[in-house]
Amino acid sequence: MHDTIPNPASILPLRVERLCFADAQARLLEDVSFAIPRGGLTIVLGANGAGKSLLMRLCQGLLAPTSGAVAWNAQPEGFSRHAMVFQKPVMLRRSARGNVLHALAASGVARAGRAGRADAALQRFGLADLSERPARLLSGGEQQRLAIARAVAAGPEILFLDEPTSHLDPGATLQVEQMLGGLKRDGVTLVMTTHDMGQARRLADRVLFMHKGRLIEDAAAHTFFEGPAAAEARAFLAGDLLW
Amino acid sequence: MLWQCARAGGRRAHTAHGSGEQVDSLALALGLIVSLDPGFLAVVGLSLRVTATAVLIAALIGLPLGALLALKRFPGRSMVIVVVNAMMGLPPVVVGLLVFLALSRAGPLGALGLLFTPTAMIAAQTVLALPIVIAITRQIVEDLWGEYREHLLSLGLKGVRAVPTLLWDGRFSLTTGLLAAFGRASAEVGAVLIVGGNIAGSTRTMTTTIALETSKGDLPLALGLGLVLIGLTLLINAAAYGASRVGARHAV
Ligand SMILES: Nc1ncnc2c1ncn2[C@@H]1O[C@H](COP(=O)(O)OP(=O)(O)OP(=O)(O)O)[C@@H](O)[C@H]1O
Ligand SMILES: [Mg+2]
Repeated sequence: MHDTIPNPASILPLRVERLCFADAQARLLEDVSFAIPRGGLTIVLGANGAGKSLLMRLCQGLLAPTSGAVAWNAQPEGFSRHAMVFQKPVMLRRSARGNVLHALAASGVARAGRAGRADAALQRFGLADLSERPARLLSGGEQQRLAIARAVAAGPEILFLDEPTSHLDPGATLQVEQMLGGLKRDGVTLVMTTHDMGQARRLADRVLFMHKGRLIEDAAAHTFFEGPAAAEARAFLAGDLLW
Repeated sequence: MLWQCARAGGRRAHTAHGSGEQVDSLALALGLIVSLDPGFLAVVGLSLRVTATAVLIAALIGLPLGALLALKRFPGRSMVIVVVNAMMGLPPVVVGLLVFLALSRAGPLGALGLLFTPTAMIAAQTVLALPIVIAITRQIVEDLWGEYREHLLSLGLKGVRAVPTLLWDGRFSLTTGLLAAFGRASAEVGAVLIVGGNIAGSTRTMTTTIALETSKGDLPLALGLGLVLIGLTLLINAAAYGASRVGARHAV
């Protein structure tokens, strides 16, 4: 047997080194360093405005850092390699299914395989009945599920999710959490943010805690939830940390 | 042939200005349309062919150019946008004059011998339609890009690679833009008159024929063509309205 397509090198670990991001008014991220190895689910925690979404955007290469670097193990040229579910998902002016098909095409999935994968992804997130509806007419929660289905469809190696269950009902939240568990077992590396501490406890293997643009704690989840080292993190968990 | 009798009727209408004669002209004009008079149809057909070709060419050039203008940042970009917007309001006679100079025997394209042919008229109308197509495409694509940017970038679609998505998702608004270009090109007289020469049987469009025949006093022919143009304008606007309605339903 000979494989004509060589297995591409893993794009992980992802190394974030001394990352800073500033705009004209303020320094929004300061000296953030960490690495994401293969596997596992990392949750980024922090108050509103701490810089969680900003950090994810920088990791995706959507913003250029003021200084520091985001370095992948191998250049992620195939675009199915890393995917992101945004806090406010962008819905293309197409059907739900059209949105997934578009992402598959952009990720270089061969035309013949797209329909099957799209339908499977829609099925998985309970969107099969809505597949021909215009995506922009779906409810907030349905759009969020579609955004996840769309990001997962092409089979990324690492998936960033920015508050992926913020608009979901308890049933759908549970479904998504189970899905994420499934992805993790399949070896997909996950990085997500959430404001649901129950969810963070259920899912996280590791926690990155951010405060005012700085990463002030990077710990295994059980350590973090049992008693974080940083005073701000303790206050955050107690609900006492106000911006 | 009915055209001949329309001419005869027209001369009558010209000499005697009674209102009865005007009603007569209208009846003759309707007769031209209903009877599908071959000479009349030839003028309508040529007009539609010239304008459709011009808009097609303008679309092939203008859609990608407009999209690139929306997505690329380069020095002088703002100036290009202002110039393109200004060219939308360029008087057609001036466009006609410029194309005439380019195609005239001494001009840079004179060797092609295109002056006073339908091809010259297509060239003039393309120049008229192009700024509309570019400007509208730029606006639509830029707005969509602002909204889609992060998602498309996260899929690795940037620059030229984002263009097909943006054009497709803007297809209903873009259709409206192309129809506006069609409207402007089909309604104008000056440019095609200058570069086409209004030669019977070869370069007469609806508008140039109306201008000529009205001055000669052949009102039925002019009126008949005018009615067709009014119908065409209604049709274009109905299509534009339809496109936005369908867009609202399917692409929200
Ligand atoms: N592209 C940008 N340019 C300039 N400032 C930005 C940009 N993106 C975010 N900011 C600012 O950076 C700060 C952090 O924003 P960010 O969206 O990362 O917060 P967050 O931790 O995700 O908060 P939330 O929990 O509310 O989602 C905010 O004050 C925001 O105004
Ligand atoms: Mg955020």
